[in-house]
Amino acid sequence: MIRRVLPHGLGRGLLTRKPGTRRGGFSLDWDGKVSEIKKKIKSILPGRSCDLLQDTSHLPPEHSDVVIVGGGVLGLSVAYWLKKLESRRGAIRVLVVERDHTYSQASTGLSVGGICQQFSLPENIQLSLFSASFLRNINEYLAVVDAPPLDLRFSPSGYLLLASEKDAAAMESNVKVQRQVGAKISLMSPDQLRNKFPWINTEGVALASYGMEDEGWFDPWCLLQGLRRKVQSLGVLFCQGEVTRFVSSSQRMLTTDDKAVVLKRIHKVHVKMDCSLEYQPVECAIVVNAAGAWSAQIAALAGIGEGPPGTLQGTKLPVEPRKRYVYVWHCPQGPGLETPLVADTSGAYFRREGLGSNYLGGRSPTEQEEPDPANLEVDHDFFQDKVWPHLALRIPAFETLKVQSAWASYYDYNTFDQNGVVGPHPLVANMYFATGFSGHGLQQAPGVGRAVAEMILKGRFQTIDLSPFLFTRFYLGEKIQENNII
Amino acid sequence: MAAPWASLRLVAPMWNGRIRGIHRLGGAVAPEGNQKKKRTILQLLTNYFYDVEALRDYLLQREMYKVHEKNRSFTWLEKQHGPYGAGAFFILKQGGAVKFRDKEWIRPDKYGHFSQEFWNFCVVPVEAVDASDCDINYEGLDNLLLLKELQSLSLQRCSHVDDWCLSRLYPLADSLQELSLAGCPRVSERGLACLHHLRNLRRLDISDLPAVSNPGLTQILVEEMLPNCEVVGVDWAEGLKSGPEEQPQDTASPVPA
Repeated sequence: MIRRVLPHGLGRGLLTRKPGTRRGGFSLDWDGKVSEIKKKIKSILPGRSCDLLQDTSHLPPEHSDVVIVGGGVLGLSVAYWLKKLESRRGAIRVLVVERDHTYSQASTGLSVGGICQQFSLPENIQLSLFSASFLRNINEYLAVVDAPPLDLRFSPSGYLLLASEKDAAAMESNVKVQRQVGAKISLMSPDQLRNKFPWINTEGVALASYGMEDEGWFDPWCLLQGLRRKVQSLGVLFCQGEVTRFVSSSQRMLTTDDKAVVLKRIHKVHVKMDCSLEYQPVECAIVVNAAGAWSAQIAALAGIGEGPPGTLQGTKLPVEPRKRYVYVWHCPQGPGLETPLVADTSGAYFRREGLGSNYLGGRSPTEQEEPDPANLEVDHDFFQDKVWPHLALRIPAFETLKVQSAWASYYDYNTFDQNGVVGPHPLVANMYFATGFSGHGLQQAPGVGRAVAEMILKGRFQTIDLSPFLFTRFYLGEKIQENNII
Repeated sequence: MAAPWASLRLVAPMWNGRIRGIHRLGGAVAPEGNQKKKRTILQLLTNYFYDVEALRDYLLQREMYKVHEKNRSFTWLEKQHGPYGAGAFFILKQGGAVKFRDKEWIRPDKYGHFSQEFWNFCVVPVEAVDASDCDINYEGLDNLLLLKELQSLSLQRCSHVDDWCLSRLYPLADSLQELSLAGCPRVSERGLACLHHLRNLRRLDISDLPAVSNPGLTQILVEEMLPNCEVVGVDWAEGLKSGPEEQPQDTASPVPA
């Protein structure tokens, strides 16, 4: 009886305001009070951080062993392999800092998603081969208990690279290297090409190389979400914030030739929260720069490149964002289901998308035509003037097509030699790079992640030797040029 | 997209007594309501205890390891008895049937035993392989591709054959004339696209592929891709919605005034 009366009385107390009770009294917000009390009790229970005075649950932790700047496919791959290769469960605390959780400008989500082994450097071929086997067995690598399996939507249709007379010899030697490393590539003459793909116009083509296995395209967003899910289940922490400052200590030392060298060590990373001035200094042992197109800014924050040009201190990280366009068009009489990703002699490329005669493709602009990377606006005239003529020449069916949509994305372009930067910086001892892949970062991400994790945990590359990709080559001037960049 | 893979659940069926082989990886026989309750208790425990999660993870990895064990390469057998013998042994061990040229079909019985006579004539090429309901995966194809003069291959209802496996079939292009992929849950239209290498294919069965998004359109595109091949299994009208039924004109009823 009393129980029934009490809430009734309280309810009436809420509705009717007696004249004496307003002054100094409290308005009984019962639900609000209950939820606050519940929160306080939960925070006292074991397993929760006790923040009774201030709620800091949105901030990153104060200590972390490794801080990975950049939550794209390369950053998450490094996090995954760090957790896979650690010596015992829970040994390494990893924090991934990503500025934009919607990935609206990240190169990963906006990528065409191709994977191919047709490179000229053996290291690149090995990385792609490993990534293909990673993607093939992705549901063993990234299996999470009770979560549905990943469907990468991989199309194993291969890449078809066309070469003109002057490039034919280079293509042949490249294919020899590729076959030595283990890729299955077949060379075709113009006649064989016409036989296999009658919709190609082989005028000007001297040789073609066609990937038979482990090449094609897949859904990069699925890979990203799969990595994210697995990495969270392994205990990696995520934080949405921007890295604004590195607090480091430096030590002046003398080399054997009595030259002064300043060695730096990063101690704290200041992570600033979105839309506020609040920041958290995260004490860390190692920082991994996987910031993609914005890696140079992160490197500049750490003091890389501040010094007289020509010295090791003055060598900047030569990675800059370059804008690339991808166009989607519909062509009802276009090439059929068997179409590989065709890369023309002029640099234009295209591939099929889905069952409905839609294609997507683009072309890398020359140095003079480089668009301004300030925003991701699409230039449709570029398609009209620079892409369509080449496509229509190579595939006569593409003379009639209708552009459906287009988007732009960034390449983290390495202006030095268009190949990635992997490994520690010689002077800033605890900053590791995993960036600068100039358009093939996605397809090499699993291999690169493993290499960086091995470097961090074991001190050297164990499975694939990426020592030609270290930072020191920028100072020494040793270019490792990759010839087959699409 | 989770539908074809729904059977890849985890540990719950293992506790229901004997596992019926890796074919039924997750196909529990318990009634639905009981299953649901079991699943949520297990999920609850997994969310709260790292140990339960680690145990389930380990058991899942063990299941996958068993499939890999079944698909290892028989390189020693290949050295001893030649490619045809090794390939035939692999198929028979998996539970499939093999037909050598001019000989009868060799099938294992329900206990998995098969006659060992074929070692005597394993210089004869294998003509046809029936690998229905087997657990062949990408690595197992290493053994299957040893059979260079294979004419007919049936991979019906193989749960581990996916698009990657189909991209590996091109070495059989010279001889393969008949291929059946009916009922494979992981094959999609993207894998069917790489069958264009098989120029001598005369009969292709692509019925009942749950992962193909638009079966009718896929059939048409595959027929265009392989002009000399008879593509079987999908009715082109599948997926077309019938329009609103027209009311039959009833001439007997009086016209309303």
